[in-house]
Amino acid sequence: MTELETSTIAKRPEFRNINAFKDLPGYRLPLAGVVSILHRISGALMFVLLPFIIWMFDASVSSEISYRRFLNVFEQGFGVFPGWMLKLVALALIWAFLHHLIAGLRHLWMDINHAVSKEFGRNSAAVTLGLSVALTLLLGAKLFGAY
Amino acid sequence: MAVNYGSKRIVVGAHYGLRDWLSQRVTAALMAVFTALLVAQVLLTKGPIGYDRWAGIFAAQWMKVLTFVVIIALLYHVWVGVRDIWMDYIKSVSARLLLQIVSIVWLVGCTGWAIQVLWRL
Repeated sequence: MTELETSTIAKRPEFRNINAFKDLPGYRLPLAGVVSILHRISGALMFVLLPFIIWMFDASVSSEISYRRFLNVFEQGFGVFPGWMLKLVALALIWAFLHHLIAGLRHLWMDINHAVSKEFGRNSAAVTLGLSVALTLLLGAKLFGAY
Repeated sequence: MAVNYGSKRIVVGAHYGLRDWLSQRVTAALMAVFTALLVAQVLLTKGPIGYDRWAGIFAAQWMKVLTFVVIIALLYHVWVGVRDIWMDYIKSVSARLLLQIVSIVWLVGCTGWAIQVLWRL
């Protein structure tokens, strides 16, 4: 049986102790894997930018004056950072939140319904990526004043 | 693999069981509900949203309590996630312990700030 398998099935490359520079560029990550690593990256991004998120919460709800300062920062900039750059950071956070939320709901759905087939994994990963990017573009257009 | 339970547990490891996995999902569901409620309130507001409308959303007592619970849920959710990142990529026990301490200080500090903002509304 083992001999039959080795003779008919093409040998696949094995990845053990992968090297980030040597192995990763040629590594074909499945769509579900892309969603997974982006889930982690988006979470880490929000963790690092937590003070900025809380500052936005603080400034936007505390008083009329702080609310105006909140709006103003994204128009006039803050210190060496121009307004458009802060809008880009906010947009990155919007993407991170949407991706993390949708990928998380996908996880919950899989946990509850035992939806662990290969097809579901791939299709739901495509939906996660498509939906999060589409909503990010929609909100990004609003953020930069397109409508 | 070497024994890493009982008296040989890794000091910078996780709780060896279901608890963190489950709490990360429960806190995630809570935050998803909060997001839906917040988005609904923003979308159902008639006319442009200025300071009054926006701050008014968080000024309601039920929203304040819910936001408070979500901030605590977020604290635990992020802790489990960030600890997983350190456990996956940082092999040295001392470096991992340092990063875990920094993460806790960072998270507890941020949580305190967020609750302060919420509670003086």
